[in-house]
Amino acid sequence: MARYYENSSTFNFSWDQVASGYWKRYPNPQSTHVLSEDTWSRQVKDGCLYTKRLLTKTNRVPKWGERFFNAKSVKIIEESIVDPKNKILVTYTRNLGYTKVMSVVERVEYRSAGPAQTVARRSAWIDSQVFGFSRAIRAFGVDRFRKNCNQMVNGFNHVLNSMFPRQGAGVNSMATAPVAHTFKEMRDAAAAATDRAKANVLSSVNRT
Amino acid sequence: MNSIGEECTELKKKYDDCFNTWFSEKFLKGDNDDTICSGIFKIYQECVKNAMKEQNIDFKEIDKDVLGTENEFKAPTDNSS
Repeated sequence: MARYYENSSTFNFSWDQVASGYWKRYPNPQSTHVLSEDTWSRQVKDGCLYTKRLLTKTNRVPKWGERFFNAKSVKIIEESIVDPKNKILVTYTRNLGYTKVMSVVERVEYRSAGPAQTVARRSAWIDSQVFGFSRAIRAFGVDRFRKNCNQMVNGFNHVLNSMFPRQGAGVNSMATAPVAHTFKEMRDAAAAATDRAKANVLSSVNRT
Repeated sequence: MNSIGEECTELKKKYDDCFNTWFSEKFLKGDNDDTICSGIFKIYQECVKNAMKEQNIDFKEIDKDVLGTENEFKAPTDNSS
């Protein structure tokens, strides 16, 4: 069962700026692991922009993981939908190949939160099916993902700051730091569901 | 940013420039006509597809749509607020 992880961060830029900056996120000082980026398909449908991109990144695994995951780079598919009317950008990424060893699915929703703020809500599902090692690999995946979150936000902020420099920027430290950064993790989505089911049974037993 | 095919990086940059201008100047302002970049996109695409073929990348897996379909993962229900 996949481990689920979510967090959200706020960018001090308008949604239009964040959406425009999204396509220019790489390279940035925090993205040295991103090797290539290509647009695979793109079309406008019902006023929304549908894009599919292929990214390659270096594969950073601990020594013990090399026996499962010895590829030098991993390929990542990124699907996205831009809805300019409702000001929503959704991105959905998954790794291509090696999904039995470790599959990482990430969904990010960027929504406008006022004229100069955009909130990114990030969900991730990390799974592994390597017999005897899946738990360790999942834990590694979650840990790596959590560390990467900050880098992603900082890298994106760096790009946004250079694209849309503000008067007084640098004076205001909030310009570079995310306003809110909340973390939440559920060890196991199924466990939570089971707990809920148990609670329901208990409450119905208690009632009678 | 580089393309997966070294020989495609120049084309990619040209296309990206065209797209980025179109995206912020046209698309975000309600103009959905994207023909302005379709010529360069076609040439760039051909280059990328050839580069991918050489690297034995599975096209089928890439073509599969997940976002917006029933295969998309959903957040656990008690998080949907």
